Amino acid sequence: MKGIFAYLSPYKLRIALGLFFKAAGTVAELALPLIMSYMIDDVAPAGNALALGLWGGVMLLAAVIALLGNVRANRMASKVARDATEHIRADLFCKTLSLSARQADGVTLPSLVSRLSSDTYNVHNMIGMMQRMGVRAPILLVGGVALTFIVDPVMALALLITVPVLTVIVILVTRRGIRLYTRLQRSSDGMVRKVRDDYSGIRVIKALSKEEYESAGFARVNERMVKDETRAGITMDITNPLMSAVLNLGMAAVVFIGAYRVAGGNSMPGDIIAFTSYFTIILNAVLAVSRIFVMLTRGGASAKRISEILDMPEELKPLPAPAGESAEEEAISDEVIAFEHVTFSYGGAPALRDVNFVLRRGESLGVIGATGSGKSTLVSLLMRFYDADEGQVRVFGKDVRRYSPEELKSKFGAVFQSDFLMAASVRENIDFERGLSDEDIRRAARYACADKFIEEHDGYEGMLTRGGANYSGGQKQRLLIARALAGKPDILVLDDSSSALDYRTDAAIRKTLLENLKDTAIVMIAQRISSVRFADKILVLEEGRAAGCGTDAELMRGCEEYRRIYASQHGEEGGGYACDK
Amino acid sequence: MPAISEAAMTGGRVKGSKKAVLKRLAKYFLRYKWRVLAAFLLMIGSNLFALLGPYLTGLAIDAIALEGGPDFGAVAVYCALMAGFYVLSSVFSYVLSVLMIKLSQAIVKSMRQDVFDKILRLPVSLADRLQTGDVINRIQYDIDTVNASLSYDILQAATSVITVVGAFIGMAAASPAMLGVLLITVPIALIIAAVRSRKVRPLFRKRSAKLAALNGFSEEMLSGIKTIKAYGREQPIENKFRQKNTDAADAYYDADYFGSLIGPAVNFVNNLGTVLISTAGAFLYLYGLVSLGNISSFLLYSRRFSGPINEYANIMGEIQSALAAAERVFRLMDAPEEPKDAEGAKELSDVRGETEFENVCFSYDGEKEVIKNLSFKVLPGQTAAIVGPTGAGKTTLVNLMMRFYDPGSGRILLDGEPIDRYTRKSLRAAFTMVLQDTWLFEGTVYDNIAYGKEGAAREEVEAAAREAHVYDFVSKLPAGLYTPVTDGGVNLSKGQRQLITIARAMLSPAGMLILDEATSNVDTRTELLIRDAMAKLMRGRTCFIIAHRLSTIVNADLILVVKEGDVIESGTHKQLLENEGFYKEIYSAQFE
Repeated sequence: MKGIFAYLSPYKLRIALGLFFKAAGTVAELALPLIMSYMIDDVAPAGNALALGLWGGVMLLAAVIALLGNVRANRMASKVARDATEHIRADLFCKTLSLSARQADGVTLPSLVSRLSSDTYNVHNMIGMMQRMGVRAPILLVGGVALTFIVDPVMALALLITVPVLTVIVILVTRRGIRLYTRLQRSSDGMVRKVRDDYSGIRVIKALSKEEYESAGFARVNERMVKDETRAGITMDITNPLMSAVLNLGMAAVVFIGAYRVAGGNSMPGDIIAFTSYFTIILNAVLAVSRIFVMLTRGGASAKRISEILDMPEELKPLPAPAGESAEEEAISDEVIAFEHVTFSYGGAPALRDVNFVLRRGESLGVIGATGSGKSTLVSLLMRFYDADEGQVRVFGKDVRRYSPEELKSKFGAVFQSDFLMAASVRENIDFERGLSDEDIRRAARYACADKFIEEHDGYEGMLTRGGANYSGGQKQRLLIARALAGKPDILVLDDSSSALDYRTDAAIRKTLLENLKDTAIVMIAQRISSVRFADKILVLEEGRAAGCGTDAELMRGCEEYRRIYASQHGEEGGGYACDK
Repeated sequence: MPAISEAAMTGGRVKGSKKAVLKRLAKYFLRYKWRVLAAFLLMIGSNLFALLGPYLTGLAIDAIALEGGPDFGAVAVYCALMAGFYVLSSVFSYVLSVLMIKLSQAIVKSMRQDVFDKILRLPVSLADRLQTGDVINRIQYDIDTVNASLSYDILQAATSVITVVGAFIGMAAASPAMLGVLLITVPIALIIAAVRSRKVRPLFRKRSAKLAALNGFSEEMLSGIKTIKAYGREQPIENKFRQKNTDAADAYYDADYFGSLIGPAVNFVNNLGTVLISTAGAFLYLYGLVSLGNISSFLLYSRRFSGPINEYANIMGEIQSALAAAERVFRLMDAPEEPKDAEGAKELSDVRGETEFENVCFSYDGEKEVIKNLSFKVLPGQTAAIVGPTGAGKTTLVNLMMRFYDPGSGRILLDGEPIDRYTRKSLRAAFTMVLQDTWLFEGTVYDNIAYGKEGAAREEVEAAAREAHVYDFVSKLPAGLYTPVTDGGVNLSKGQRQLITIARAMLSPAGMLILDEATSNVDTRTELLIRDAMAKLMRGRTCFIIAHRLSTIVNADLILVVKEGDVIESGTHKQLLENEGFYKEIYSAQFE
């Protein structure tokens, strides 16, 4: 919350000025009923038509001041809210992009997205509303009550009694309301989940003729939601009738007491009329205060969620170069990638344990292993999405922690599992904001065996829908490979990037890559042995440990896990689905 | 496949004029006509009682301002009546809102159910093209919008009419002369309303659009955060974000700039009314043309009078967006359904499994033929493996066999009869399937398996779980078979999810099996378990397998090599290798 206020401090002067205008406008508005009662009780009985006209003019002036002051103040408030929110949102987005993978994992992606969208929206509303109503409502409330005391203290007391009653109502209802709405939000989530679930499984549902069963299941979710919503609505809707009942009862009391006050000569009939006007003002002010209250709770919660992200420490900072080590020393090294006793865990059991290997210039690397054996983790450490818990990862002989992020990343071209395609053109997806030449892009597409289908589809300017849904799985993977190639990287990392390709295309791409990228170190991660057996060095991972490292022939001789994987994929052991018919 | 347009969903007809939508909404209302009637009576009652208040206040003030001092008896009576009517009005209005909430919730509930049931009846061809987000939007936000409008706006609109008319009568009764003065403010109020709907509402629409664009952008980019970092592209993405952010902030400000005029302007009209009435009232009072009580009643009525007029544009806007939302909901409800079974379609029972494709052609979009003149025959109990490059139409074959889609031309025969002579339900019941996307729903592992057979006994489910090696991994978990499966099954590995779907398929008594093999994202141990479970599942069934694993292909009775929608080769593994054709080529590719 504190962090958010810091964003407002550049606008202190503007806020102060705005609040001044607001206060001026509000006070002018409050003066109206006062002048009116004076006109009716004092000016009119004196029979002075000129004075009446004059005071009417004063009232009009007050109304105009109220209008101008409020509009001016509101606009200034909007400007402050806009500028502050724009800054907050931009900072939040940049900060989000700079979070380390570990930090982002902790917050989770949907939560980051909602902090950027609905939380900044709430904060925007809060900043705007606080300036617009935060001053007005209290002035109206306090001023209204104070003025009634000036007009007639005894009648004002009758009115004042209602204020605590109203406050209690507002607090009780709001508190219960927040609880009920949270519950409603939950059952609404449940309904969405049900629809999403069933929609994605519609083939299975139809195949098993489960329509009625699913319909009944939805009816239960629906019922729960209706119940929660009804309860929340019934609770919240009591506010208005109850508050107007209390205030109107107060007003009846004021009129009744007023009769005695007038009889005793302590008050004038015009005062009662002024009172009725103040009533309306106070009623509106109380309602506004309750809205501000809700807005503050909500906006405050959102501001806290935003600050949480903004206040996260910067991780994965580059280490300073150790003294005494010269740049030349690194340059002479012919190692491209080195893992030295690397151990890493995401928090639980280690995902990599004491992994060692060196890839030298001119070599290619294949990594194979079962799901969860640590293959992708290896890439994450290599590209420094995470830092190793123990050991050292080196790229071109230099500890990855000593590179600046830009320098390190510029060495890589990578395709990840379920990688990201934008709703943009084919060209933009391959270029990926790097400003590459047309020639580079087309060559990369050719090497990735993507040029044919790109031409057949809609060409390089053809648009992808979100996530590339209008291209097949195999086509998407080839676009991603093209992206990775287009920047002519020193190291090409392909993590499970051929799973949707048939054997033939997979083999064809591999062939072009090996033929054309002689200076690039290829790191191929796969589950199919056929995809990695070409490599000069194959690393076999089993539950985070290196079970073997060597060429295909060496591993076939000396690595049991490798042989087992081979057998399972080539159907020589166990004999496939032996159908005993 | 491209996302579907609104018009395409209703087969090109753009129907649903405002009137038609209203009519259909009215139908929902008419199911509860007595409650609607009660609501209207309550509303009228509540408003009339509330309108009596200012009149009584006026009378009371007149009784106070008598020449010879206040008439306490009369004041007491008026005040008591005032209190009574106000309380009654509040009670009525609360009962009314409860009634309206229940009414609108009942309507919303049946609408939601209607939409959901409709979703289940959509042909798969349409469901494939209609995005999940779109469907969820309709069943959630659109229906919510309709709901808010039902429970609030309609009531508000009706109340406004009564209030305006009532307040007008009240003012006319209190002082026609002052009413004349007040009417000066009406054009100003109307101008504000017009500005609001013409100038401000488009700005708010623009604001929503820009904000949606911004949020869409940040959501998309955050989903690709890893890739952005991998390529070090934070800076250009941030610049793009800044641009969209500024656009959104400016659109927000533009809307606010005019929007912030409205509140003070409305207040100004009210204040202006007060000024005019006070001045005019004081003059009239000066010449004895009006009583103090009249001024008081008039003031109170005038406040009620201007409120609804200012709100009018707002409410109309809300109702319009509710109608648009209702239209979107009705469009979905009107989407075509799976065609009815043919006249005299019979129940398929005791299927033998003989399957024949006869010159089948098929296209998803009517342009590009996915299946071209396809013919083949599979005998009962055989295992047919379908192989070929991606996009060759393998999955389409499954779609056609299960009648998720119907062929453009040609016939598919099952046990010698065209499949459209069977009821869809019995045809589908003859198949059991394991698909690449292992679909699990929120529930326990047990529920997910039991889903395969209506009224499966506990022992049967447990037996299937054991057979399919589901027991092997759930027995290590504290809740065993009753372990909950969370969203999309993320707490289970891919292999485990597949085992569960195999167990589900095993439970089914169906004689035909469709197997869309998963690509190889599974570890060796699980792979062996899956293979074993599959073998058990295939026992005694006629099987169609979209094959990726060599082991499957090698052992199949019949291999269909599909390329560009056509079977280019077929035979056993051995025959095809001897053939030296495309099959040989893809088979040897994996050893390269």
